[in-house]
Amino acid sequence: MQRLPLSFKITTIILVFYTLIAGLLIDVPALNILNETIRNLFFHVTSWFAMVFLFFASFVYSIKYLRTANERDDLLARLFVQVGMVFGAAGMLTGMLWANYTWGSYWVPDPKLNGAAIAMLAYLAYGVLRNSFQDNIQRGKVSAVYNIFAFVMMLLFVFILPRMTDSLHPGNGGNPAFSGYDLDNTMRLVFYPASIGWIFLGVWITEMRFRMEGLKQRKK
Amino acid sequence: MKKISSTLALVLLFITAIGQQAEMADQMRESGKIYVVVGVIVLIFIVLFAYLIYMDVRLRKIEKEENER
Repeated sequence: MQRLPLSFKITTIILVFYTLIAGLLIDVPALNILNETIRNLFFHVTSWFAMVFLFFASFVYSIKYLRTANERDDLLARLFVQVGMVFGAAGMLTGMLWANYTWGSYWVPDPKLNGAAIAMLAYLAYGVLRNSFQDNIQRGKVSAVYNIFAFVMMLLFVFILPRMTDSLHPGNGGNPAFSGYDLDNTMRLVFYPASIGWIFLGVWITEMRFRMEGLKQRKK
Repeated sequence: MKKISSTLALVLLFITAIGQQAEMADQMRESGKIYVVVGVIVLIFIVLFAYLIYMDVRLRKIEKEENER
């Protein structure tokens, strides 16, 4: 990973502030039960998107590590998971708050919720696994293999299984998503930039963590 | 007279009940107060981003010092 250019960081700032302002002020469809909470789409859903993207980046670096055995790739795989977990926690907490006011409870037995919880536990296990090795190469190899497995499990639990049963989430179990009533064209104007903005913010934070770790290693 | 007015009231009530849409914060936006909330959130994020940029600049300084050594 190269140092991110200034233009990347400026784009991040613009996109995030655009999301905050436009996300709160644009006209959204008036729907019962959802009411104004439909705006959470720009914050809750995009948090999960950021997490999935960061986990994907980690997955890519794990594959790279297995091919090159370069410790930098192993480090990046670890950092992308750590920052991704922060966004996952944000997605889960915001989702719980939203669920309480639209579905009536902080946690409902919904396959997508349970799937997301299992996926996050799988990534927690990645951290535990990493700490259980003394040898750097052994740690790198085993945790890279586990990370690839965890990413596939995450896709399964979050994107595939909820679609096969009934789920309260749009786009699952026959509910429409990103079409028809729940995402009109004005909302798309904020939703896509918002997704990119939160993903960029995650990448920026990861880059800073990476630079910090670089300095730490040079100190040794 | 009383009968007429009461039926009229009932009809009016019925019309307003039908005309009611899902409740949105339209009133809040008309009174302009939603902008206050937007302002508060934007301020918080300005502070957060300022801190992020500050950390980035500091990190760059330390990196420079390390390179000069």
